[in-house]
Amino acid sequence: MRALMFGWEFPPHILGGLGTASYGLTKGMSLQPDMEILFVIPKPWGDEDQSFLKIIGANNTPIVWKDVPFDIVKERLGKYMNPEEYYRLRDHIYADFNYMYTNDLGCIEFSGRYPNNILEETNNYSIVAGVIARTYPYDVIHAHDWLTYPAGLHAKSISGKPLVIHVHATEFDRSRGNPNPIVYGIEKDGMDNCDHIICVSNLTRKTVIENYHQPEWKVTTVHNAVEPLSPEIEAIERLAGVPEKIVTFLGRITMQKGPEFFVEAATLVLKKTKHIRFVMAGSGDMMNQMIQLVAERGIADKFHFTGFLRGRQVYEMLKSSDVYVMPSVSEPFGISPLEAMQCGVPSIISYQSGCSEILNHVIKTDYWDVEAMADAIYSICTHPGMAEFLKEEGKKEVDEIKWEYAGQKVRDIYNRLVH
Amino acid sequence: MKTICFYFQIHQPFRLKRYRFFNIGRDHYYYDDFSNEDILQQIAGRSYIPANRMLLDLINQYKGRFKVAISISGVALDQLEIYAPEVIDGLRELSKTGGVEFLSETYGHSLSSLIDPVEFRLQVKQHTEKIKLLFGQEPTVLRNTELIYSDDISDLAYKMGYRKMITEGAKHILGWKSPNYVYQSATSTGLKLLLKNSRFSDDIAFRFSNYNWSEYPLTADKFIAWIAATPPEEQIINLFMNYETFGNMQPSHTGIFEFMKALPRFAFEKNIEFATPSEILDNHASVGPISVPNPISWADEERDLSAWLGNKLQQSAFETLYKYGERVRLCEDRKLKQDWLYLQTSDHFYYMSTKHFSDGSIHSQFSPYQSPYDAFNNYMNVLSDFIGRVKAQYPDTVDNEELNSLLTIIHNQEKIIKKLEAELKSVTDANTAKLVKKSEE
Repeated sequence: MRALMFGWEFPPHILGGLGTASYGLTKGMSLQPDMEILFVIPKPWGDEDQSFLKIIGANNTPIVWKDVPFDIVKERLGKYMNPEEYYRLRDHIYADFNYMYTNDLGCIEFSGRYPNNILEETNNYSIVAGVIARTYPYDVIHAHDWLTYPAGLHAKSISGKPLVIHVHATEFDRSRGNPNPIVYGIEKDGMDNCDHIICVSNLTRKTVIENYHQPEWKVTTVHNAVEPLSPEIEAIERLAGVPEKIVTFLGRITMQKGPEFFVEAATLVLKKTKHIRFVMAGSGDMMNQMIQLVAERGIADKFHFTGFLRGRQVYEMLKSSDVYVMPSVSEPFGISPLEAMQCGVPSIISYQSGCSEILNHVIKTDYWDVEAMADAIYSICTHPGMAEFLKEEGKKEVDEIKWEYAGQKVRDIYNRLVH
Repeated sequence: MKTICFYFQIHQPFRLKRYRFFNIGRDHYYYDDFSNEDILQQIAGRSYIPANRMLLDLINQYKGRFKVAISISGVALDQLEIYAPEVIDGLRELSKTGGVEFLSETYGHSLSSLIDPVEFRLQVKQHTEKIKLLFGQEPTVLRNTELIYSDDISDLAYKMGYRKMITEGAKHILGWKSPNYVYQSATSTGLKLLLKNSRFSDDIAFRFSNYNWSEYPLTADKFIAWIAATPPEEQIINLFMNYETFGNMQPSHTGIFEFMKALPRFAFEKNIEFATPSEILDNHASVGPISVPNPISWADEERDLSAWLGNKLQQSAFETLYKYGERVRLCEDRKLKQDWLYLQTSDHFYYMSTKHFSDGSIHSQFSPYQSPYDAFNNYMNVLSDFIGRVKAQYPDTVDNEELNSLLTIIHNQEKIIKKLEAELKSVTDANTAKLVKKSEE
């Protein structure tokens, strides 16, 4: 089974959960002996792990025929791919794109991020996809999130192979129910014309069925999983220098993540107890507002902001925490509580996050129910039996949530589509 | 001649209300009156009341040949008194017929037998008194909470004066032996035991309306035929089940009431009689001892304590609670003592079980909480408040032994004062008498 996948991010250079999920899923699928994956991203950095799949950069794929000598190609693209591939791709340019802005290799530049001209970038990505789709053989097409749906559809129109789209988030999640009509249009077009839709949670599946009017049979939930921790990360010790218990919020400080509910819960807890401190780690457009709120509530002496954390710092923060809280208002899946559980941190999550569908050994509350959240925080910090139990059972549980199993479910869908 | 022994259990816990940690120290009322009333009235209407009527009809119809035993926890009686007194009236009438034996158990439907023998003894005594008061019977057969039994518990019961007890016929204890005999405790050999026949009991209680069961539908003559077909030397069939089997767990439309009404007729045709546990234990000799080193119960497939004390949450809540047993018993506050009983009810621990995550079944069905963690949180918050109240009664610095002797002094001081006053009076009286005499002279 050969899959052509279109993605937008791939570790180690990631901006959000999409990259982590793409990596985990493809790695899990690569355990199937007959699975070959060709993964397209806008802009590879050259340090991606290509041991289990092949990565093609959209910015390294020519769409305009240029006569470039082998040495130049080797020098320019050597660290991304085999130079032969360039010529192979060049042989499949399918139209005259001389009117487009391209570089000396005949390639379009991509930022690989989420720039303001994102719509233009997705369109360019789709043009490049046409070349790639003509070059390589594959049995199924798999597109991750709306940015790549047009590319997926384009590939499908060329080869007639079945298209699976993977919904990691919808415009409804990102905008709290106030979707951008253009983005919605792209999403809807992708869903209407694909062969199967994979959602990361039943919550997302429901959104897809209700708000995008998809038939139920066409939509399947494949919950995300989590990569096991590496030994270096396992070895990180608790850093905290304060005797109090530490309760952590970790994530982008934006409306979708519900940071204000965390502050309100902290206020309630701090009114009653002295042995607990709160940390809000991350950055985002609501950060200043949150600092303001903390000051207003008069809890600034026990409530700390760390700013943006990257890589190892994230795990240092988690390992120093006694409770992890994710009060997301709408979270298609949410991998971070799983990571907290891997670090042995008892977690509190909202019912409105997709991961709550598969987690048992966590405490679940409604995101708006700050009293319940405060109660749960207090309980974990006060009863060692509870903390210990959640820690052990949570770790056991999360260790069983493997990408391998998710990969198998995706494979089953492929098998149904490819006859 | 074979004998069927029916025993029905009635129990309802006082469910706790949503009790946040902000309430600790401020709000000392712990119970969810609305849902307790609602649940109790529903079950009374669906199950207890029609079942009482059915039993009464059967006893009258067969003029004493049909008999059953009933055990009601004290917490259930307390709730019935408040929310559905007609159930108690019905039970009283049943008691008057002489065809119903009431068993004794712990007042709070507690697990105290496992950790606090003093508490266990007190609660059984309190329950016995309540049964005597309400139904005019003195129970002689002990039924421990959830049929929990072990050698240690048998010693405890024997020392309390019990010679008869009922428990589960757990397979891992019986091995090749049959539950259809009278046994005795291995350590206190004077204590006779009746064991539940799980197969026949569960046929009625759990499988009766199960369409997927190969024996569906279960009819009274088929059921009696099974019992009649057991080896002739096995003379006792113990059918122990929840009273809610009638009308609640098996709704009335399944025909459970009709099944039960038809049962005695077919039984008498096959020469099978009915008897109460005490009659059977009086009339049959034990065939041998049963050794139970680790406690058994009638719950779940494992028939052990794992439903209540299977995980760390349950154990830590349980241990925290019983740390205060001795101190609570020194207190006089009636409200405090009542809460103490209600908080011991086994159901609170049952709700904290994480077993159903794997087997997906019966635990969550009965729980008012969304998850075992919620159950633990809520219970611990209530318990913290309760402990605060216990500590407020007497200073923390005085240990229990010292407190006990001080309390004895306080308790006795009135007596001593009275005695001294009397002495003083007699002396002064004697003196005045002397003075009067002198002045007369």
